Amino acid sequence: MPDSSDLRFTKEHEWARVDGDVATVGITDYAQQSLGDIVYVELPKVGAQVSQFGAVGVVESVKAVSDLFSPLGGEITEINGTLENDPAAVNREPYEGGWMFKIRLSDGSQTSQLLSAEEYDRLTMAS
Amino acid sequence: MLQAIGVPSLEKLLEVPEAVRLREPIEIVPALSEAAIVKRFEHFAAKNAFGWPSFLGAGSYRHYAPPAIAALAMRGEFLTAYTPYQAEVSQGYLQAIYEWQTYICLLTGMDIANASVYDGATALAEAAIMAINANGRRRVLVARAVHPNYRAVLKTYCDGLDVAIDELPIASDGRTDVSRLRETLAGKSYACAVFASPNFFGIVDAPDDAAQSALAESETIGIAVVAEALSLAALRPPASWGAQIVAGEAQSFGIPIAYGGPYAGFIAASKEQMRRIPGRLAGKTVDANGNEAFVLTLQAREQHIRRERATSNICTNQAHCALIATIYLALLGSSGLRDVASANLARSRELATRVASIRGCRLEFEAPFFNEVVVNVGAPAAGVLERLAEHRILGGVDLGRYYPELSDCILMAATEVTTSAEIAALGAALEEIVNVPAGV
Repeated sequence: MPDSSDLRFTKEHEWARVDGDVATVGITDYAQQSLGDIVYVELPKVGAQVSQFGAVGVVESVKAVSDLFSPLGGEITEINGTLENDPAAVNREPYEGGWMFKIRLSDGSQTSQLLSAEEYDRLTMAS
Repeated sequence: MLQAIGVPSLEKLLEVPEAVRLREPIEIVPALSEAAIVKRFEHFAAKNAFGWPSFLGAGSYRHYAPPAIAALAMRGEFLTAYTPYQAEVSQGYLQAIYEWQTYICLLTGMDIANASVYDGATALAEAAIMAINANGRRRVLVARAVHPNYRAVLKTYCDGLDVAIDELPIASDGRTDVSRLRETLAGKSYACAVFASPNFFGIVDAPDDAAQSALAESETIGIAVVAEALSLAALRPPASWGAQIVAGEAQSFGIPIAYGGPYAGFIAASKEQMRRIPGRLAGKTVDANGNEAFVLTLQAREQHIRRERATSNICTNQAHCALIATIYLALLGSSGLRDVASANLARSRELATRVASIRGCRLEFEAPFFNEVVVNVGAPAAGVLERLAEHRILGGVDLGRYYPELSDCILMAATEVTTSAEIAALGAALEEIVNVPAGV
């Protein structure tokens, strides 16, 4: 997993890269592999207020539809527009080009509720 | 499990209690030969008003279906084909559905259409649900001039979703009163506004420029209802007034009236609504060898994949009825369809002229109409219709059943199969029934 030291994870297989009071969010390599070819990503609207672990969107593959949860609470500042025409970017680069949205954090201490890379690895190894 | 519900055995579970068991033999007639049975049912069938001149419309229309339709549609490959989930063995049907979708888009001016739904009424309900999910608003505005049964089905769906419905009144000319539309929509509380054109009274009732801009400004989704699909060959398409979703009924395209069904509803929408459209979608693609192939596509919308996130429970389509409609449209083509529509216009004008010439009768509304007219007979419509039935004529629909203020009015339809002789017979009977002495 690239640059895993600065990523935090959720049990629902999202990752967050925190930089000051802004976090970038996407789904993990484990998630994209499980889902299969991703055909559509429904992202939250810019400006939307989201709460930690709240459902903010949907990821569709040919065989399943999966809720997208936000690892942290705050306001959506940016969404990855390229996913509209190239949802497969999530499969190819789940941590880079396949990023989904950015949040301005409402409460930086919420990151302590997230899993570290090792904790997340143990979670996915166990399943 | 038997233990859990306290029943000692399977036999006991299936046992019918003594108290409710039937003790006498069931009264059915003794066995008859096949010929005798056929004769018995011919006797019952003879009690139908078969072959009477009929001016019934109101959502189910008498149109001519060329015999070529049945010759093709009743082929076993179509009649007993299974749902096309396995594309490899369903190419014929999938292509037919794709062509149906294409025809619906061409006729309505929309970008995308689905593989059909049960009927026009449920198509409207599904369209409203699409709108509610598109903008999150929880109220629906619907013209009172939309088919009463469609509005009733819409209400059933909306009640389940806690969505409120408000109505736009009918203006004196038979169109929808849009004079207060801008104020009504200003609060941006309506997910959609529903208009039917032709409306239930047969009147052309598309929103005018002012109404269209009211819809646009308030970002209210316009839904067009088309209960008489043939009108699409005579009137400007719903896309032309800015409708984003079209919900309609394809019965007019060769599907038998059949006492109310089965019919085939259609839903068509603009590209923005593509992912919200319910039901099946047939798509065209290429297979591994580069050959053209048809498949069910965008299946992640459907409820068997989306499950609790689904916005609709529909997981089927009216494949055979939609096939009939597709064959009808292919047989007639656009020029043939226009010819049939023109004949409808001619016959309904002939009917209107004849009826308006009867003392005691008048046309209730003045606005332009397609193939139906509202005739005020100056007396309770129900009684007049009974008298017409004594003359072996099905005069039309008693509007008082749905609109109390129109209890003296009959909704009459005339199509390409209505003859001048039938109109003459109706005229003569009405002259007698609506017996107004001279000088009044």
